[in-house]
Amino acid sequence: MAINLAYIAACLLFILGIKKLNKPDTARQGNFLSSLGALVGVVAIFFENEVVQSWNNAHSWLHNGILWVVVAMLIGAIIGAIWSKVVKMTGMPELVALYNGFGGLATAFVAISQFMYLYIVWAGRSEGGGPIVMFSIGITVFIGAIAFTGSMLAWGKLAEKVTGSAVVFPGQKAINLILVLGALAAIVVLVLPNVDPATKTTAVIALTAISLILGFTLVLPIGGGDMPVVISLINSLTGLAVAMAGFVVSNTMLIVSGALVGASGMILTLIMCKAMNRSIGNLLFSGFGAAATQSTKGPGAEPKAVSAEDAYMVLEAAQSVVFVPGYGMAVAQAQHVVKELAEKLEANGAEVNFAIHPVAGRMPGHMNVLLAEADIPYEQLKTMDEINPLLPTQDVAIIIGANDVVNPAAETDTSSPIYGMPIIKAHEVKTVFVLKRGKGRGFSGIENELFSMPNTLMIYGDAKATISSLSKEFSGD
Amino acid sequence: MDSVLLLFIFVIAAFLGKELISKVPSQLHTPLMSATNAISGITVVGAVVTAAIFAPGTLGMILSLIAIVLATINMVGGYMVTSRMLEMFRKKGDKD
Repeated sequence: MAINLAYIAACLLFILGIKKLNKPDTARQGNFLSSLGALVGVVAIFFENEVVQSWNNAHSWLHNGILWVVVAMLIGAIIGAIWSKVVKMTGMPELVALYNGFGGLATAFVAISQFMYLYIVWAGRSEGGGPIVMFSIGITVFIGAIAFTGSMLAWGKLAEKVTGSAVVFPGQKAINLILVLGALAAIVVLVLPNVDPATKTTAVIALTAISLILGFTLVLPIGGGDMPVVISLINSLTGLAVAMAGFVVSNTMLIVSGALVGASGMILTLIMCKAMNRSIGNLLFSGFGAAATQSTKGPGAEPKAVSAEDAYMVLEAAQSVVFVPGYGMAVAQAQHVVKELAEKLEANGAEVNFAIHPVAGRMPGHMNVLLAEADIPYEQLKTMDEINPLLPTQDVAIIIGANDVVNPAAETDTSSPIYGMPIIKAHEVKTVFVLKRGKGRGFSGIENELFSMPNTLMIYGDAKATISSLSKEFSGD
Repeated sequence: MDSVLLLFIFVIAAFLGKELISKVPSQLHTPLMSATNAISGITVVGAVVTAAIFAPGTLGMILSLIAIVLATINMVGGYMVTSRMLEMFRKKGDKD
């Protein structure tokens, strides 16, 4: 009874937490309430019958299950805490992907353990699981394993440990379809009554293997720029797996919290997709970025490159400057020097704004986090819709490692894979400086016409070094 | 518990989850994603239950304990990383 009340309290705290995370001024409170809910839930589980019995049955400390459970929790908490403290702000999406994958694998393990209990430990002594429990075990393993390998690959792509661009090969969809059908067949074997435990065990092993491969092949054709949406989608799937695990071990708190995460995560995924003007189906199956090289438009004029000193002359005379940050700023860790340059420009009489595209960087809100870290005042951060009408009147735009979000092809070139995506119309600004590491294409692999436009000047090199040298010019040495 | 009742709870909670998120400003997309991701870590509760039903030292126990480590990393790490992100938004808010 008291345990169920604690579960209700935990669920209420989760619900309130998610609700409050919707608004910037209550978000921190929301996160706190949600974590409090998790704490209440974890404490309550130690009073469940099975757990208390395990405690009572222990005849020595080595046989004390609870002790091992607490040790495992402490190890997990310490690792989680350390990783969260040491991660750089730029590494945030990778870390969330990693955590997500762990959650998925843990959930799959819960279902596999319960299966082992029903069919191996209790083989012959029990009737096994009912169809609903067996179905839940199957789905939990399926989704949990997909979430694990999918997240790991997303992590690899974001951390640039594997190629970030989309990998497409012939027969990809057919292979995925065969894998899905195989997984479904294994789940059917699990659910069917009158199947002997050995066959069911084989089915669980096959299901685990197929699902692990499927997570990999499903994420493979998705480009690095789409990873935040993919992580959000997999996060929603993990939630669903957690809810299914709730059916496996008959725990209402798992069902409610899993369903909450699954549904809210799905809505969040759709919102993110909308911000990128893409549908879920298009994102998952089109191989974004891979098709880009087939764009009919060849590169136009050769981009013009200038030095930082030349750029200073223009900046010195500018009355209004807009920074357009992208992932390149994050990679170069340039946010602090950008803040310095912005202050010098302001001291020089220019109006300075920052144009933040909703999907700039590797996660939505990525740029807001970085610029906030550098203490750039909130009022200077303009959303795409706020800044676009002002751009034709601005003197200078400085694009720091952003690419697709300022690519005019999104408006003009119907053959471009990003056609229709809302962009920051930096090309309408009088002079555009593009800070770029090298001449290669961006992360998504799409040619950017902006770079060869007559009003665009490229400054190649490390963004942080370039900004610092611009800053130094202002110091008037 | 009656599985139809459990299904009922699941459906109601899913609808609630759908309604909870409405117009989220894009700056909160990632914190919200990472906070709901942390909630998934509550799967640790399921792992504690499965750990408890096995005798220590068995494969099932070991799997469950690994699940506990992974889920706790997900949960504790998820909340802490979200809080770090949101902490930065606060600094900005203080200036207003």
